[in-house]
Amino acid sequence: MFQTIAFYLFSAVMLVAAFMVIASRNPVHSVLFLILAFFNAAGLFVLTGAEFLAMILVVVYVGAVAVLFLFVVMMLDVDFVELKKGALSYLPTGGLLGLALLTELVIVAGVWRMAPASHAALQSATPAGLSNTQALGRILYTDYIYYFQIAGLVLLVAMIGAIVLTLRHRPGVRRQSIPVQNARTPEMAMELVDAKPGEGA
Amino acid sequence: MSIQNDLYVLLPELILAVGAMALLLVGAVRGDKSAGTLTMLSVVLIAASAYVTMVTGDGGAFHGAFVMDSFARFTKAVILWSSAACVLMAHQFFSLEKSERFELPVLIVLASLGMSLMVSANNFIALYMGLELQSLALYVLAAFNRESVRSSEAGLKYFVLGSLSSGMMLYGISMIYGFTGTLDFQGVAHVIVQNGVSIGLIFGLVFLLAGLAFKISAVPFHMWTPDVYEGSPTPITAFLATASKVASLALVLRAVVVPFPGAIHQWQQIIIVISAASMALGAFAAIGQSNIKRLMAYSSIGHMGYALLGLAAGTQAGLRGVLFYLAFYSLTNIGVFACIQAMRRGGKPVENISDLAGLARTRPALAFAFMAMMLSLSGLPPLAGILAKAFIFLAALEAHLYVLAVFGVLTSVVGAYYYLRIVKVMYFDEPAEPFDRDMGWAVGAIATIATVFTVAFVLRIDLLMNYAGTAAQALLK
Repeated sequence: MFQTIAFYLFSAVMLVAAFMVIASRNPVHSVLFLILAFFNAAGLFVLTGAEFLAMILVVVYVGAVAVLFLFVVMMLDVDFVELKKGALSYLPTGGLLGLALLTELVIVAGVWRMAPASHAALQSATPAGLSNTQALGRILYTDYIYYFQIAGLVLLVAMIGAIVLTLRHRPGVRRQSIPVQNARTPEMAMELVDAKPGEGA
Repeated sequence: MSIQNDLYVLLPELILAVGAMALLLVGAVRGDKSAGTLTMLSVVLIAASAYVTMVTGDGGAFHGAFVMDSFARFTKAVILWSSAACVLMAHQFFSLEKSERFELPVLIVLASLGMSLMVSANNFIALYMGLELQSLALYVLAAFNRESVRSSEAGLKYFVLGSLSSGMMLYGISMIYGFTGTLDFQGVAHVIVQNGVSIGLIFGLVFLLAGLAFKISAVPFHMWTPDVYEGSPTPITAFLATASKVASLALVLRAVVVPFPGAIHQWQQIIIVISAASMALGAFAAIGQSNIKRLMAYSSIGHMGYALLGLAAGTQAGLRGVLFYLAFYSLTNIGVFACIQAMRRGGKPVENISDLAGLARTRPALAFAFMAMMLSLSGLPPLAGILAKAFIFLAALEAHLYVLAVFGVLTSVVGAYYYLRIVKVMYFDEPAEPFDRDMGWAVGAIATIATVFTVAFVLRIDLLMNYAGTAAQALLK
């Protein structure tokens, strides 16, 4: 009973928030609605017993991605109102396409049958005596080490790419150099001027 | 199934991965002036990886996620050769432009690593991970020339559309998983044998093929190709047109033939339509082009159509034809792009077909190389192209795809027009201002190798045919 109420609550809030992300005028509000949507999605994950995914969603998406969005929205001078002017006018065509796809997917869902083994698998989603996170950790670094390492390489490429495409060494920029600062002596920093009375330095 | 055994099977890829990271460290310490050294080292890495690929035996690793067989070996040889050539060409290109960056060889090595993982992928997650590693590196490479607006546009376009296609493919994979309960290629094949083909599985297959067709730029997912090919720096275009295409098409072969032998009637229809549309578009859309890189983009769309014709046949002879075609296609295209890279006037690259006017009188050797490769691509005897096409058409005829085979012959006649037009411009038009003499040793060497291969290919055809045959056998037992 409680679970059902929670499910509908999370789902409803998430859908409304997701719609508001594209509908609201103020981009900062959009990002805040996005965060709300993420939190509710995390709630849905908790309901299905995937607490690790829920926490990751909060940590990664709310903690990093949403904050990054906020930075972009606030630091870059992008005229979002101008950008989104036509967005809702695409709704009829986009909606029609979405509806067509939805109909097709309903057909697919119509032939869906639960495999008998899945019921058993669902009832014990994690091995006995282990938490969800522990169970994931056990296979992630053993059975799935191959995929895990490739994912690491993909992130490495992303990092190189971001640096290659954006880093520019501009000449004439004053940079902090700790060794130079530490090596400063009173002779380098000060000049003693014998100022005569009545004249300036 | 110890980890030592797994790592041993994975050795060629480990060489590339660890090597790329070592090169990155060297580059980070020594800066952009080490670009020349890193280029040479990355060629050594690629060669070492290719050598180890050739000498290690068959085997699987990581619970069947990675497989090394004759098919992987054959395609990796083609991919790594193209990568090595592109690293050298790219170094030459950017050193003439005076904007060398040490990240360039590292990114090409990482992209080659992604391609190697792709052709060895034996389940859908491994497939996706390899593909993303490759694609991400290629997006960055396409936008590598930061000063050029067209290069940035190419990178951005490629990235947005590429991500969309990855999303579609992932969606298809999730459906396949949902309706079979396994991600393993053999596992999916097994489930289809037992339970038959459900409608959900067909949906998954369609989404999967849509995503993969984008990567090989087959019609109707080809829109990005001309813009990206035109905007990217020439050696990167060469990389996209050869290594990336070979790896993606090899991936299509494995991801269709191994898991879905039970659904051959379903995917055959899709491949036939894609193949016919690509052949037609490649032939007709290239006619009006004035930029040589755009022309090569349409040419590559057409060639993917011919290669898919072999897959549509669905037989071992067809697959052998596709592999043979890929080897011919990538060797010849590398040569063509080396020639395009040699088109420089007053220290700036030029890309129009009219710039080639009278090349035979100002630079006879370059014009000859260009002509040999154009004739080979058009499929005129006695060069490599006619044989590659002949094997494909014969396989299609054997599989009773008469209409499609005749259609393929007709479109290649249309296609011959624009290849021959370039030859005509080079040999019969009034000479334009000559190109710069200094095109660099690597470009010259690669163009020479490609020309020799194109001309002398018919002499040792049995050798390549044998390799392609074994590779096809490994896939379709």
